[in-house]
Amino acid sequence: MYPFDYHRCASAEEAKALLAELGDGRLLAGGQSLLPMMKLRFVMTGNVIDLRDCEELRGIDIGSGAVTIGAMTRHVDVASSKELATALPVLAELAGGIGDPLVRAQGTMGGSIANNDPAADYPAACLGLGATILTTAGEIAADDFFLGVFETALAEGELVTGVRYPVPAAAAYMKFRHPASRFALAGVFVARAMDGLRIAVTGAGSQGVFRWHEAEAALTADFAPEALDGAELDTSDLNSDIHADADYRGHLVRVMAARAVRKILAANR
Amino acid sequence: MPLVNMTVNGRPVAREVEANTLLVLFLRETLRLTGTHVGCDTTQCGACVVHVNGRAVKSCTTLALSCEDAEVVTIEGLSDGEALHPMQAAFREHHGLQCGYCTPGMIMSAVGMVRRLGTDLDRDTIRDELEGNICRCTGYQNIVEAIRAGALAMADRPDA
Repeated sequence: MYPFDYHRCASAEEAKALLAELGDGRLLAGGQSLLPMMKLRFVMTGNVIDLRDCEELRGIDIGSGAVTIGAMTRHVDVASSKELATALPVLAELAGGIGDPLVRAQGTMGGSIANNDPAADYPAACLGLGATILTTAGEIAADDFFLGVFETALAEGELVTGVRYPVPAAAAYMKFRHPASRFALAGVFVARAMDGLRIAVTGAGSQGVFRWHEAEAALTADFAPEALDGAELDTSDLNSDIHADADYRGHLVRVMAARAVRKILAANR
Repeated sequence: MPLVNMTVNGRPVAREVEANTLLVLFLRETLRLTGTHVGCDTTQCGACVVHVNGRAVKSCTTLALSCEDAEVVTIEGLSDGEALHPMQAAFREHHGLQCGYCTPGMIMSAVGMVRRLGTDLDRDTIRDELEGNICRCTGYQNIVEAIRAGALAMADRPDA
């Protein structure tokens, strides 16, 4: 890692002010993405601002029709929340599938969302559920938040403070994991929300998480795995790398989507 | 250089460190606690697992300065003097190691697993939970058996 100065803040407002004062800085949430990237020297910064004392940003609040989770809530706490297992089980399951138990003990929801790794799980949940990202500057709809690879709508100095997830009628998330990194080669989030059907795909798109509108239309007409066969998927927009080429990723997206649909149907039987 | 204070294996320590010092290097090179290993250094293999405030974490992906005021326990802090911790004893009993390089991380993960999930762990759960620990000798069969037995032995040792 390149050298940097270390700072510690106990609130989002304090961190925001410090970031503005320092000019050059990166926020450290759980550090499970930022530190590996700094070790590889993909990221260089003069200042690291550690948010681990921001207790106000931790917690799970089950409201009527929506669940709000603080940005600094760790994956393990989302995965093991008994309240969430009843209110929004798909999210607990998703969090329980991130990385490994040791990564989940430190990694946070807000860190994952602000980082917007193109193969991360939480962006699929936000987009699939039509969530609202809460920030120090206001609220941003998930549809407007994830802009591209490691790119979000966050302005300079704006922090994610939490996410409000509307509770859907039914939802499922299926991912095909890279066996070493545990990131999604393809992950598909299917939700039957109050305002319609939403499908978000992570791990596969060259511009990060995206909504598969053709499949949404197909499943709205007929909510059955076979309906996906007729849904178009433009593989020219999918990633090709040493792990999987675009055609194979396209195939995985279809298979994961069909599994998610089957899971929803089985649960509602 | 900034100063960091933490408790390591029950002993308070205060040392100056560069801000970019990882916890694993602080433990190994500053405190000379070399039982915690560096395997991959890329957050995958789990040879560096220690407990920070009771949570099993990868010390190669934690800054030493983030552990200010934390309680850190390494493999050296697990045994009670010469008496092995029940999980260590189970690894010896069940041949849960070959070359031994991954063993400190395996044992720290296993103890973390028991603290989160209880002492009656089935083999599928153990295998799932070992996702963050890699054994290059691929001796997983006996590691799983050792953890199952070690977890049960911990039931009789609530303080362990």
